[in-house]
Order: sequence, then structure tokens, then C-alpha cells
Amino acid sequence: MSMINSVSPTTNLSQTNSLSLVNSSIHSWVQANARVLDLGCGDGTLLAELQQDLNIRGYGLEIDAEAINQCVLKGVNVVEQDLNKGLANFDDNSFDTVIMTQALQAMRYPHLVLDEMLRIGSECIITFPNFGHWKARAYLTLRGRMPVTKELTYQWYDTPNIHFFTYRDFEVLCRQRNINVLRKQFVGEHFLDRQLKNLWPNLFAETVVYHLSK
Amino acid sequence: MALNIRENSVGIVAAEKILIDTPLTLACGVVLASHELMVETYGTLNADKSNALLICHALSGSHHAAGFYAGDDKPGWWDSYIGPGKPMDTNRFFVVSLNNIGSCFGSTGPTSINPQTGEPWGAQFPSLRARDWVESQRLLMEHLGIQRWAAVIGGSLGGMQAMRWALEHPDKLANSIVIASSMKLSAQNIAFNEIARRAIKSDPEFCDGQYLEKDTAPRRGLALARMIGHVTYLSDELMGQKFGRELRSGTFSQGDAEPVEFQIESYLNYQGDKFSGDFDANAYILITKMLDYFDLSRDYENNPVQAFGHAKCDFLVVSFSSDWRFSPQRSREITDALIAAGKNVSYAEIESDQGHDAFLLPNRRYEQVLGNYLSKIADKLEDVTI
Repeated sequence: MSMINSVSPTTNLSQTNSLSLVNSSIHSWVQANARVLDLGCGDGTLLAELQQDLNIRGYGLEIDAEAINQCVLKGVNVVEQDLNKGLANFDDNSFDTVIMTQALQAMRYPHLVLDEMLRIGSECIITFPNFGHWKARAYLTLRGRMPVTKELTYQWYDTPNIHFFTYRDFEVLCRQRNINVLRKQFVGEHFLDRQLKNLWPNLFAETVVYHLSK
Repeated sequence: MALNIRENSVGIVAAEKILIDTPLTLACGVVLASHELMVETYGTLNADKSNALLICHALSGSHHAAGFYAGDDKPGWWDSYIGPGKPMDTNRFFVVSLNNIGSCFGSTGPTSINPQTGEPWGAQFPSLRARDWVESQRLLMEHLGIQRWAAVIGGSLGGMQAMRWALEHPDKLANSIVIASSMKLSAQNIAFNEIARRAIKSDPEFCDGQYLEKDTAPRRGLALARMIGHVTYLSDELMGQKFGRELRSGTFSQGDAEPVEFQIESYLNYQGDKFSGDFDANAYILITKMLDYFDLSRDYENNPVQAFGHAKCDFLVVSFSSDWRFSPQRSREITDALIAAGKNVSYAEIESDQGHDAFLLPNRRYEQVLGNYLSKIADKLEDVTI
């Protein structure tokens, strides 16, 4: 079994503004009573909230034993499944929304996972850390070392995040694969970020939230 | 008496023989005018009778799932998981465990007297299906005055009953817990069962199944059947670890003519002999056939999603990594069908080197998953009750 998903969470969205901003986007983009699949659902917090607020029928996929325990304790449907081994067990269009928060960069083949998400769900919501953010750039430029931040705490050799990409990289991927971007939301906590994230997202968005369809 | 009663055990238990005098029409058409069930219960039924768990045993199980009989220091077969503070917490749940019909621990089965002939049923005992066990359990439920199980729980063949309950009586259970099970046996599974049955029938003392009348017992055949089964319940890895190539007796030294016996040979022979003294050969044949016949979705156009569409309860599905008799893939198929049917389901694949037997044995993660799932159920019940 790969070690990729054995470490959870893959990034730490700080518990304050970023997380609530990301979650509020997700909340506003998910329809009431929807069938939702959350890939890498962690301890099930997001699904529990969506269940509570929007009466969704949700399922989370996860491989971390403790995270699975927490989901079960919360009464969230959780299925032990390694995303890197594929999602062939799910039928086309079998979910309204497929969500993946802060995990795409930990996938063995992110582009294939994205294709699968769009095959299974009518819509997808994806959040990821933007490696083009000025802090990451400054870290690499000034220190000459791979960035270690409070959101991305791992060293290069032990990180589960094996495919770092920027906001712009993702835009290009969506264009190449004809993925329809319905909405996006830029999230950043720093004062500068909040002022400038919509103007220069690739530089000032720490986290990006995408709402996609085929 | 210095009995070794562990701290979190249900302690000394006693079985009760319950007469079910409502006629039971079996799937094969035969009607049992009445039948007897050996039953044990642990914990206390709450005022609104909503905290009952039904334990469904597998091929060779009995009603003695937890605790100790007076004077006996061997606990029930699922004692690791039933008791105060254990996953099936007897401080919170009322646990019902029975010996199913067709088995041989005191409930009506091949060793009972056929009222029509006055002789033991033997091989004439009617053929059974998992749904017959479920129907008999439903009559027991009525007898106990329980309207709805908080959960029906079982491993292996027990999991098949838990699933069948969900389809046959959707309003009579809130949760179905399906452990190391399958929606139907594979050809390989059936093959192993047939080898076991052939072993029994080849024993000259089998006498076409009427050995009780003849006062014989096909113990050698039954022991062989069990040895075959036992190998399939363990993993290669575990057998390697536990026994390796260690010798019980003899050596390979030059000039030493003493016969060599491997530890695994001795272990298997012991298991076979012990089992053949405890179990009935006709019951073994009957219940292995019941396993072979089980096909969850046969009556639902062979479509598991359609089958589970009838269920109203929530599901927990558990499998074990080294179980090759009921492999994790079988449990994933159950889970996928449940998701496609829009049912609430959680699935955990527990790392274990214990093979199929893992569902009976202590395992921290298995305890946590089962314990968390059940404690969530108990929380809900107690919330409503208060």
C-alpha cells in the first residue's frame, strides 16, 4: 500500500478563516439533497456538515484508519478505498457532486483522478494549495529550499504531496481537457492575499476552490 | 471455584431452550409444526425493547457466544466482542444469541427426533436456506416481544443472515452488520464444501446419514472435513508464522528411522478430532449446502442493487485483508451495491494475518470500528429513551 494516503491530512488548512471560507464555498455549491462523494474525506467533518445543513446523501472514501474511526463515530458513511487504485467501482454519473479537498496533489496521477471525478459526478468541487503563492515562491527563491509552511508542514522527502502545481497549471489542465469551470474561489489569509488574490490569484491565492463540470 | 472470569466478561451464563410453537414453513416447502431454539442473552432489554442486538452464527457456531458456563473455563465464541465495555456493550445492549435450526447444539436439527417417525431426523432433516434461519429468528423475536433489532450482526454465514434480514424484514432492523461475508459463494468455496461433504460421506460409519439409528458416528470423515475447512480459514502467512516447518516428533538425522510429524499435522489432526466430537456430520452437510445455495440477489433478477433497494436499515461492512475464503473483494461488492442502492453504508478493510477466522479474534482496529459503529447506535437509542 502506498504511504501517500497513510498520512492525513495532506495539508493543514488553518482552522480559522481559510477553512471556513473554503467550506462556505463548498456549501454554497452543493445542492440540497444531493448525492455527494468526498474523495479523501478525512475525519468526515465536511460530510457531517453537509448532511446537517443540506440533507445530502454523502459517502467518503478514506484509507487512514483513525480518520475512518472518526467518520464512523460521527455517523458519516465512510468507505475504505485507496484512491490511487482507481474508482472503477463507481458508475458514470452516479453522484451529483464529487468533492476532493486538498488531496489532488497527493494523487499518483492527478489528471486521471480528475477525469474519474468528472465521469462519476455531474459536478466536481476541488480545492488545492496553490504552489505559485508568493510565500512558496519566496521560500524557494530566498532559501533555495522546498517550501515548508504551516499549511504544508512536510519535508520534501516525507511529504505525501507529490505533485505540486500552481493555480495557472490547473487552469491550463482544465483547458487542455475541456473541463468546464463553473466557478472558482480564491482563499488567502495574509492581509496582502486578501487584498490582491482576485487580481493576481496565482501569486496571492493560498488555496483555490474550483467548481467544475464536464 | 477458581474460575478465570475476566473482568469485562458477561460472567457465568446459562442457555435457555425456547419452544417456538408457531409453524415454520421452510423454503423447501416442509412445515415444522414447532421447533426448539437454544438461546442465550446478555445485558438487559430496555423499557421500550429497542436495544436488542441479534447475533447470527456461522457454519459451526452455537448460541454460546459470550461468557462462561459454570465449571467451564472456555468462553463463548465471540467473547472478545460481547461484554461490558466491549464493542457489543452489554451495559448498553441486550444481546440475543441463538443456535439455529439444523445445527446440533440443542436446537431442532438432524440429531432431534422427527415427530413423524419417532427416530432422529438424521440425513432426512429438511434442506435449509439462510432465509429459514432468518424466519426462525423472527419467530424468536416475536417470542421475546422485540419489534425491531437495533442491529443484526454476523460474520461469514452470519453476515449472510444479517443481509437477508435487511431484505426480508426491512422494518424490523435498524442496522445490519456484515462481517467477512459475501453475497454468494464462489465456485472455489463450493468446491471446498463439496470436498468436505464427500469426506464425511466416504466414512463407512456415515451409513447414508442414519448413523444415529445405527449407533455409529462418521468421526473420521467429519474430522477430515473440518481439517479441510480449517486450512481455508487460516492464511498461508499465519500458518507459516505459527507452525512453519517445525517438527512435533522425529528428526531428519541420518540413521534415525523414527517417523517425522510436523507441528501443522499435529495441530490439524487435533482440530479435526476435537471438532468431530462436538459437531454432527449431518448438520455439517446441511449447513455447508445452505452456504452454497445462498445467493442474495437470486430473487431480485440477480441484481444486488435491486436487492438492496428493499433494505431500509443502515449497514456496516467489514472484511479482513488475509481472508481468502471470503475475500475483501466480496465485501467491496456488497458495499458498492449498497452505495448504488443509495443506502447508508460504511466499509472497513481490517489489516490482519488471521485469514477468515479473524472475525472471531481480538484485533484492535476491528474492535474500534465495530465499537464506534455500535456506540453511535446506542447513543441514538439512549437519546430517544431519555
